Formats: sequence, structure tokens, C-alpha cells
Amino acid sequence: MQKDGIEFMREYLKNTWDGIYTVLVGMRITFKHLFTPAVTIQYPEVKVKLPDRVRNRLYVNIDDCIGCDQCSRACPVSCIEIDTVKSIPGEDLGTTSNGKKKALWVTKFDIDIAKCCYCQLCVFPCPTECIYMTDVYEFSEYERANLLYKFSALNQDEAAQKKVNYEKFQAEKEAQKAAAAAAAAAKPKPETPAQPSDN
Amino acid sequence: MYQFFFDLTGNVIISTLAVALVPLICILLVTLFGVWLERKVSAWMQDRVGPNRIGPYGIFQTVADFIKMLQKEDAVSSEIDGVLYNIAPVLVFAGSFAAFAVIPFAATIIGSEIEVGLFYMLAVSSFVVAGILMGGWSSNNKYSLLGSMRSAAQIVSYEIPTALVVLSMVMLTGTLSLTQISELQTSSFWHWNIFGGPGWELSKFLLIPFMVVGFIIIFISTLAEVNRTPFDIPEAESELVAGYFTEYCGMKYGMFMLAEYGNMFAVSLLVSVLFFGGYQSPVGYLGKTFGIEWLVSLEQFGWFFAKGWFFIFVQMWLRWTLPRLRVDQLMTLCWKYLIPYAVINLVIIGIISLL
Repeated sequence: MQKDGIEFMREYLKNTWDGIYTVLVGMRITFKHLFTPAVTIQYPEVKVKLPDRVRNRLYVNIDDCIGCDQCSRACPVSCIEIDTVKSIPGEDLGTTSNGKKKALWVTKFDIDIAKCCYCQLCVFPCPTECIYMTDVYEFSEYERANLLYKFSALNQDEAAQKKVNYEKFQAEKEAQKAAAAAAAAAKPKPETPAQPSDN
Repeated sequence: MYQFFFDLTGNVIISTLAVALVPLICILLVTLFGVWLERKVSAWMQDRVGPNRIGPYGIFQTVADFIKMLQKEDAVSSEIDGVLYNIAPVLVFAGSFAAFAVIPFAATIIGSEIEVGLFYMLAVSSFVVAGILMGGWSSNNKYSLLGSMRSAAQIVSYEIPTALVVLSMVMLTGTLSLTQISELQTSSFWHWNIFGGPGWELSKFLLIPFMVVGFIIIFISTLAEVNRTPFDIPEAESELVAGYFTEYCGMKYGMFMLAEYGNMFAVSLLVSVLFFGGYQSPVGYLGKTFGIEWLVSLEQFGWFFAKGWFFIFVQMWLRWTLPRLRVDQLMTLCWKYLIPYAVINLVIIGIISLL
């Protein structure tokens, strides 16, 4: 379709005007933004407040831990490893903050945070609420081994000592039982030989 | 300025080098500060912070970048055309550097007081096209080649409206010398060419709208000539990596960078000479009031730089406002809009200047 001259000129001038006008509109907008304060949060210096229920690094308050192993069993990726040793009579382990008596030495409480999937499933079973999510999220490491967090209050020697203590106690009990059994066997006719206890 | 240095040292070579050093230092400082400003302006316009680590407000960021660039290995791909590849950045930089020879930074600070300064400047700045084509061709890279061909097409096209507007200004002022054009627009902003030049006749007032049109045309076309957004299709990041200097690194890349900012500054100064009084102060000089000769030069230098920086800022402002034009839109703008308007403007200014 052939446009006539006047219509063409009108469109041409309108295009020119629109070009200039729209550029000016855009320039006005950007100029306004020139004086708008930046929305950038300059991260290492300024940190955003995290939500209340945020899930980040796990922490274990080992003083409250009773070594029940429930968190470890709840963990879908098996990142928690717990070893316990029974206490021997006469050892006082104290109580947890909600009044439970502790009966086990927690000789090992390792969380491999590199494996952790931050699902928080370990937190709910805990009877003493000693394992929980903190709001710490800056814990990158150069060595993967550094991400294996050890929470046990006992060091290796102490843990070994506890184990030895327990074994000694156990051996003594065995010996006592054996002695008792022997004494019983010596007097009347022996009925059944004493089974060694399996704990 | 040459005469001044010649009188000072009495040696032709030393005084020539000293004269050449002034624009070189200008380009270096403009590039250092310009890149910083570009990043800051872009950040502010996008509600960001921009560089703020090195020095107050990150002012030394570009210095650090420059040092990094100097230390870089000159990695060269094996399939390049060695000679052209190495000449190209020098040529591009030489083109933009040479344009500064005729720019009067103040009445007394000018590299070369030739009578055909405007003509020289237009001619020598199209020299850049050759360097860009060389760089694009010799890199043996499709992006570089595409970028340089686009650049050549663009610069050659947009030289026409630029030349037409410059021609109309030459008709009005009757001189090709940048110093004389600046001198004609004596020290009051009402005498600037954008307001129709000196004098109080009727023609001055008739000229004002056509001067504004001429200014808009030359501003757009020089913007396109220095390959800035929205006319940055030669180096369109999202399409061509970096355009004609994709294959360059280290200081050779730095030369392209210097040339780009040098060109920006040169065209800003050209626009301010043609329409905004060049080095002339809009309000008068303290130096003339107190009768101190050197203060006048210093003030003129300052005013000229302020005007140049203002136009550089507008260029940046446009860059962060407008999206990139398509090739056909680019050519439409040039051939169908700028050139007809420039021709009509030229004719009308010619008729008015006869009055």
C-alpha cells in the first residue's frame, strides 16, 4: 500500500519525536536512580538477619547429652557417629539440664558436617534437646577433614581410660560371678553353670 | 604551547615531546578516571555501590586494574596475522591520540595551531577504522572480524551526519580552526553557538532551534563513532564477546581501552568546542579581574575539562539508559533520520547566516 506524502511525513516526524521523547523519559528514570541509595548489602561487613527457624551448622551441647544415639539413628545420611561406654558404679556423671541422670560416657560424638544435609531430623528425637541448629553459616575449610566436628568432652586418653575402667569392672564382676559359681558348685550339686552375662 | 616550550628549553625535540606529553597525560588520566566513573555511574544507576574497596570510593580501583594489565602475559594465538595484529592497537591509539593535537585546552594550551583543525580532526579520527579492521582481520576470529566489519560500517556511516553538522558550523563561523571557533564564542554563555553565537541580531534567535537540532545530531553521531552504547554493536558483549579486540590481552588490550576513552573525551571536547564555547568560561574569569595571565589559562583548562566530563557523563548516562540498537535500526537512524535532518539543518543555517 502506497502511503501518500503527507501521511508519510506525519509518521516520519512522529517517529522522530517519539525517539527523542522516549530517550528523555528513560534518561529521567536513570537520573532518578542515580540518587537512589544502593540496595546492596555489603556482606562480610553487614549481614542480613536470618529467619528464626533457619537451619545451619549443627551444635551439640555435650554436657546435656546422655548418649542415647537417637540422633544418629535419625540421620538420613549417617553423618553422626556416637560411641558410648557404660559408667561404673561410683562414677558420678551428673545430670542433664532437664534433670535426667546420665549413665553413659560419650566417648565419641562426631558430626561430619560435610555430609550433613541440614534436614534437622536429628534435632527432634533428642530427649534433652542438646543437639540443635545454630545460625552459623560461615564455616568453610580448606581441608575436608576439618569439617569433622568432634563434640565429645573426653579426649582420646580419657575415653580409653573409661573403656579400660569398664572392662576391668566387668572382668571383676565376671571373676566374682565365677567365684560365686565355684563356691556354689563346691557346696551342693551344681545345677547349671553360670552363664557369662552378655553386657 | 610549542613556542613556549621552545623558548623554555631551546631544543626542538624536547619541546615537541613536551607538547605531545600533555594530551597523553590527559588521555591516561581520562581513562583511569573515566573507567572508574563509568563503573560508579553504572552502579549508581542500578542502585548498586560499585567499586569501593581500593581507596576512598574505590578511586584507585582502575589504577590497580591498570597495574594488573601491565603485568599480564601477552598471550597470542598461533593463527594470527602477526604484523597487522601488532600494528592494530598502536594504530587505533595513534588515531585517537592524534586528534588531541588540534584541541585547544585553553587559549594558550594547544598542540598545533593549524588553520584546518576541524578538518584534521575529522580526518585523523577516521584513521581509527583502519586499525579496527586490521585488529579484527588479523585476529583470525569470527567475533573479531564481525565486530570490526560492523564497526567500519558504523563509523563510515556516521561520519556523514557528523561532517554535515561540522560543515554547517563552519559555514556559520567561517573558520576551520578550533581555536578561532572557541574565541568567537566569547566569555559568556549567551554567546555560545548553541545560543546562536555572539551578537544580538535577529538571526541569532532564529538560529537557536537549528543549533539545538545540530547539537543533537552531532552528539548522536559522535556517540556512534566512538562505539558507545546504544551504538556498541561492534563490541556487543552479549553477541561478540568483546568485538574487534576479543583476541587481545595485556597492554595491547589496554591500548584499545585507552583509545576508546581517548575517543570519548575527544568527541566530547569537539562537541563542546562547536556548541558550548570550548574553553570559554560561561561567566567570566577571575584571572582577568585580577589581571593574572596564567590564572586565565588555568581557568580555561578547568572549564574545558568540566565541559568534556559533562559530555562523557551524558554518554555514560545514555549507555546505562538505552538498550543496544540492531544493525538495521542503526543504519535506519543514520541514513533515514540523521542525514536528512542534518542536510535540512545545513540548508537552513546557510540561509540564516546569509541574513
